[in-house]
Amino acid sequence: MADVLERVTKIIVDRLGVEESQVTLESSFKEDLGADSLDVVELVMELEDEFDMEISDEEAEKIVTVGDAVNYIKSRLS
Amino acid sequence: MEGKVAIVTGASRGIGRAIALELARRGAKVAVNYAGSEAKANEVVAEIIENGGEAFAIQADVSKSDAVENMVKEVLERYGRIDILVNNAGITRDNLLMRMKEEEWDEVLNINLKGVFNCTKAVARPMMKQRYGRIVNIASIVGVSGNAGQANYVAAKAGVIGLTKTAAKELASRNITVNAVAPGFITTDMTDQLSEEVRTEMLKHIPLARFGKPEDIAHVVAFLVSDGASYMTGQTIHVDGGMVM
Repeated sequence: MADVLERVTKIIVDRLGVEESQVTLESSFKEDLGADSLDVVELVMELEDEFDMEISDEEAEKIVTVGDAVNYIKSRLS
Repeated sequence: MEGKVAIVTGASRGIGRAIALELARRGAKVAVNYAGSEAKANEVVAEIIENGGEAFAIQADVSKSDAVENMVKEVLERYGRIDILVNNAGITRDNLLMRMKEEEWDEVLNINLKGVFNCTKAVARPMMKQRYGRIVNIASIVGVSGNAGQANYVAAKAGVIGLTKTAAKELASRNITVNAVAPGFITTDMTDQLSEEVRTEMLKHIPLARFGKPEDIAHVVAFLVSDGASYMTGQTIHVDGGMVM
C-alpha cells in the first residue's frame, strides 16, 4: 500500500519528464506538472495498467492532483 | 505495411471489401468487420487467405459502443496491436426531408456518424500507447455538396468530415493521423439501387465521365495509411472523378 505514491510518481516522472522532487500529493497535473488534457487521459490509462483496474471517465475527471490519483487508487485497492 | 494490423468496418462488401483486400494485399493483417452479412465477410476472409494474406471476420454493430469495445479487445488479443482503422460501415435510408421519418434519421446517424465516433474512441487508446495510428474515415462527396433526398446521410457524412478534423487535432501529438476520403459515385450494391435515369443524370456531372470502382477508393485509403502520407492529417480527399472541386 505504501508504495502507491512511489509507483504513481514513477509513472508521472516517466510520462511528463518532470523531476521526482516536483511530484507531491498537492501538485496539480495541469497547473504544476505541465500536463495537457491528453497527458492526463494518458496518465490515467497508465495507472489503470499499473494497478490493474478500470477507472471510469466520471472518476477520471475528478483526478486533478497527484493526491487525487493516489487516494482513488488506494480506495480501490483496499 | 507488412505486419501492420487493420480493422475495416463494413468490410463484407462494396468499398469496405475492396479496402480490406487492398490492405491485405499490401501485407496488413485485417479484421474484416461486418454487422449482418457473415457469409459475405467470410468470403472476403477466404479470398485474403487464398492470396497468402491474414484476416478474420468479426461481427459488431458499430452503433453500439459495447460491441465496438469488444471488437477492439478481440483484435488486440489476436494480433497484439491496432495500427489502422478504416471507418467504412454505412447505410442509406433515403427520403425527402418532408417525408423522412425519425427512425430513418436516427438509424443513419447512429451507424454512419456515431459508429465512427465509437470506433475512433475505442482504438485511440491502443494507438496512443503505441504512439502510432492511421485512421481513415469514409465520408462522401455529398457530405460536401449536399444531395436532395439524403438529409440524414449527408448530415452524417458532413459530421464525419468535422469529426475527422477534430480527431486529427486531438491525436496528432501522439503520431496518430486521421483523414477522410469522400467517394463520389462508386459502383456498389448501394448505388446499384439507383434508377437508370438518376445514373445518366449523374454521369453528366463527372468530368472523368465514368463511375468509380471500389478499388479507386481502396488505393487512396492504402496511400493514406502508408508511410508516404505521414505528414497528412485532418484532410478530406475527394475521389469522385472531379465531380466536386
